[in-house]
Amino acid sequence: MQSRSRQLQSGGKKEIAKRLSALSRASASLRARLSRREYFGIFFLEKPSPLIEIESVSKRYGAPRDGVLALSDVSLSVRAGEFLSLIGPSGCGKSTLLKLIGDLLTPSAGRITIAGKSPDAARRARDCGIVFQSPTLMEWRNIAQNITLPLEIIGAPLPERRARADELLDLIRLRDFAARYPHELSAGMQMQVAIARALAYRPAILLMDEPFGALDEMTRERLGRELLDLWTRARVTIVFVTHSVPEAVRLSDRVAVMSPRPGRIERIVEIDLPRPRSAATRDLPRYWELLRQVRAALGLE
Amino acid sequence: MAVGSTGSAAEWWDAPVGTWIRKNIQYILIPFALMAFLLAWQALVVINRYPTFLLPTPGEVAASFVENWRNGILARHLGITLVEIGLGFSIAFTFAALVGYVLARSPLLEKIVSPYLVATQAIPIVAIGPLIVIWINTGPLQNALIAALITFFPMLVNTIVGVRNIRHEYRDLMHSYAANAWQVFTKLEVPAALPVFFGGVRVGITLSVIGVVVVELLWADRGLGFLINFARGQLDTPLLFATVVTMSAMAITLYIGVLILERCIFHWRRKV
Repeated sequence: MQSRSRQLQSGGKKEIAKRLSALSRASASLRARLSRREYFGIFFLEKPSPLIEIESVSKRYGAPRDGVLALSDVSLSVRAGEFLSLIGPSGCGKSTLLKLIGDLLTPSAGRITIAGKSPDAARRARDCGIVFQSPTLMEWRNIAQNITLPLEIIGAPLPERRARADELLDLIRLRDFAARYPHELSAGMQMQVAIARALAYRPAILLMDEPFGALDEMTRERLGRELLDLWTRARVTIVFVTHSVPEAVRLSDRVAVMSPRPGRIERIVEIDLPRPRSAATRDLPRYWELLRQVRAALGLE
Repeated sequence: MAVGSTGSAAEWWDAPVGTWIRKNIQYILIPFALMAFLLAWQALVVINRYPTFLLPTPGEVAASFVENWRNGILARHLGITLVEIGLGFSIAFTFAALVGYVLARSPLLEKIVSPYLVATQAIPIVAIGPLIVIWINTGPLQNALIAALITFFPMLVNTIVGVRNIRHEYRDLMHSYAANAWQVFTKLEVPAALPVFFGGVRVGITLSVIGVVVVELLWADRGLGFLINFARGQLDTPLLFATVVTMSAMAITLYIGVLILERCIFHWRRKV
């Protein structure tokens, strides 16, 4: 005991310097891997671990031998609270990847972890809210009833469902339409209702499969802005599938560019545009540079 | 169409009354068309001097109708026919809904069963009638059973189509909510398939009327179909006509009843 302490004292300065350099190296590598928020978040006891971890996932449709390989060895981690877009040509498996996270499909190989759980467990814990390309509203239910459908399935009592419906209708600013039926709403409004419904049981993650793909350009932009607004207020993590480059750049923190079939992650473009984003964001040279980067990764330039 | 200036003869057409008449013109003309038809009928009989047993006048038919309604003959037979229709339709309805749902959910079972179902459809059901009479005698239940056989198939097909037509995204949605099978059934499958199912009900109610009447015509000893046969035997053509009128009124009432029911159930569709 004594001998060891003497040893330490003798090599004291050297030892301390060695340890400090190791610490700084570890810190630097950590800094490189994490976003600023996560890095400093450590000091505020935020979990630095990713919310969704996709580890070398493959998905093959059909028979094991002659089926179609939709996804090949995809690895990706989605951080808590971020807005991540998946972009790629049609048939690159971006929707497949989303469905794998939502447990609507099971991977042929690899592993997906959502907040430490398997996709199946995460689905049962209602961690994910899903928005499809079409609003998929139930035409026999009015808007308020549509929005509270997930709560009804959980078995939430009526007063709670009513309160939550009001809250969500305020969030999408469609309070006046509570008693209307889906066919009385425009396509854009229907999509907003679908988004509100996905948020009904306060999921940590919102999975969106080309939600604005079928809308006209103006509605698309407006809903994009509303979505960002909603994202900051509802504090969810969004995985957003799109085939529009400007949309991806406008909305996201990161854009994962996928290659055509079999789909794999080609490149991840970090979108370091300031938030909150507005129409003025488009005046920044950086916006155009990022646009070009994503287009280049897609092989368009 | 100067707003506010009234009284001019050219403008009554734009007044509220005129608009109402224009909008409902097809309903307003119905009684006139009926009158014209009855007059033509009367003229045909009078000009050609047809004997009553060949073609009675509308007046004779009306008289027979009132008489046989008063003495209760029409009412009694109508009651029996209605009971048979109700019974037959209920049997078909129940089985079509149950079997249809099971087959829609199980493609394998459908592949196994569908040749037999199509085969039963290819056989004229009325031809099986005598077999049923041999097996379980005549009576209201037998007539209802044959009507049910005729009614079953279209309702079954509509049930299958209704359940199958639910888009996969809706099932995905319910799956993502971790909904159990009962919730998927009550909150998605039943309401989503109901409109198509009701298309089958509309056809079914008409077919069960036809089924029951045909069977009664052939071998029953009561019911409206029997009454037609009876009137023919007696050469009581006015009664025959009166029975046909009763039967048509019944069929139309049943059909309209289904339409009204549909409108009540699908109230959300009204505000289009």
